[in-house]
Amino acid sequence: MTLRDLLDKILRRQPASATTARERLQLVLAHDRSDLSPETLDQMRREIFEVVAKYVDIDLEEGDVSLETEDRVTALVANLPIRRSMAASSNE
Amino acid sequence: MTNSRTILICSGKGGVGKTTLTANLGIALAGQGARTVVLDADFGLRNLDLLLGLENRIVYTAQEVLAETCRLDQALVKHKQEPNLALLPAGNPRMLEWLKPEDMQTIAGMLSERFDYVLIDCPAGIEDGFKNAVAAAKEAIVITTPEVSAVRDADRVIGLLNTHGVSPVQLVLNRVRPKMMANQDMLAVDDVTDILALPLLGLVLEDEQVIVSTNRGEPLTLNGSASPAAKAYGNIASRLQGEDIPLMDPAKERRGIRARVRRLMQTKIF
Repeated sequence: MTLRDLLDKILRRQPASATTARERLQLVLAHDRSDLSPETLDQMRREIFEVVAKYVDIDLEEGDVSLETEDRVTALVANLPIRRSMAASSNE
Repeated sequence: MTNSRTILICSGKGGVGKTTLTANLGIALAGQGARTVVLDADFGLRNLDLLLGLENRIVYTAQEVLAETCRLDQALVKHKQEPNLALLPAGNPRMLEWLKPEDMQTIAGMLSERFDYVLIDCPAGIEDGFKNAVAAAKEAIVITTPEVSAVRDADRVIGLLNTHGVSPVQLVLNRVRPKMMANQDMLAVDDVTDILALPLLGLVLEDEQVIVSTNRGEPLTLNGSASPAAKAYGNIASRLQGEDIPLMDPAKERRGIRARVRRLMQTKIF
């Protein structure tokens, strides 16, 4: 983040177009490089949610599985907020 | 020749400056004393002859060389003012129907026996024309502009170059506008190099003289022009030859209090 980005946030201005360009590129390249179609990614996301949901109570609204890329290396990043563990709920 | 270098100049997207770079780099390398040949691998839409001002001197092309209806030296067009530079023109677009990667390897192999540098002007796209051209290349220069579409296409091409084992691959960033970069209305140099993860071989500023030189068919590097793009192309040639020339900093191109404020705004805070 640059000083300009911070000022834009404070003043609630539209970010500089270069910042938008960088963010859009990073997203589109993550998909290009992994060669995953949005449908496949969506299916994978649902299956990951299902598996994780077997063990912990996750917040599906807040959960996100996405591709991120840095230095030509693409990673699958999952952010799944846990409400509480299933083990705890079964002990109640 | 054992030390000959065969370099593919490619971009993915069309219109970002492949052919202009090939022509200027060819003239600059030849001017530095290297025996250089530029090979037009864009058989569908050839233009390298036009940028070099050699369009009226073509008799034979790569097509006749491959068909063995002429000798290689009959097809090579020597540049009048820069005798160290020769052009091997692209053949008829119908060649695309039968041309194979092995044919390009044959031509590049013949050229590398006679020249220090074989520069291949790659067609746009990533289809057959690209596949043919990449088969003949040992190393590559990817040229792009600081625009989302050009950077995205460059990324695809870099992936394919890696798959084909082409190495090293270096980057040239073309049509840089320092004022727009300072205003953060153009992707910064670091943004592009971070995203594409390639070493930067050169930066070329947006320069109207490029259009003027194209009109005339005289590459900027031919007449010792002092324009920013001419200097940039000359520096790229020198760096290819192993000289250590520092890269231009677009921010330093602009002075004064406003430029300083703009630079301050670009400071990375976290």
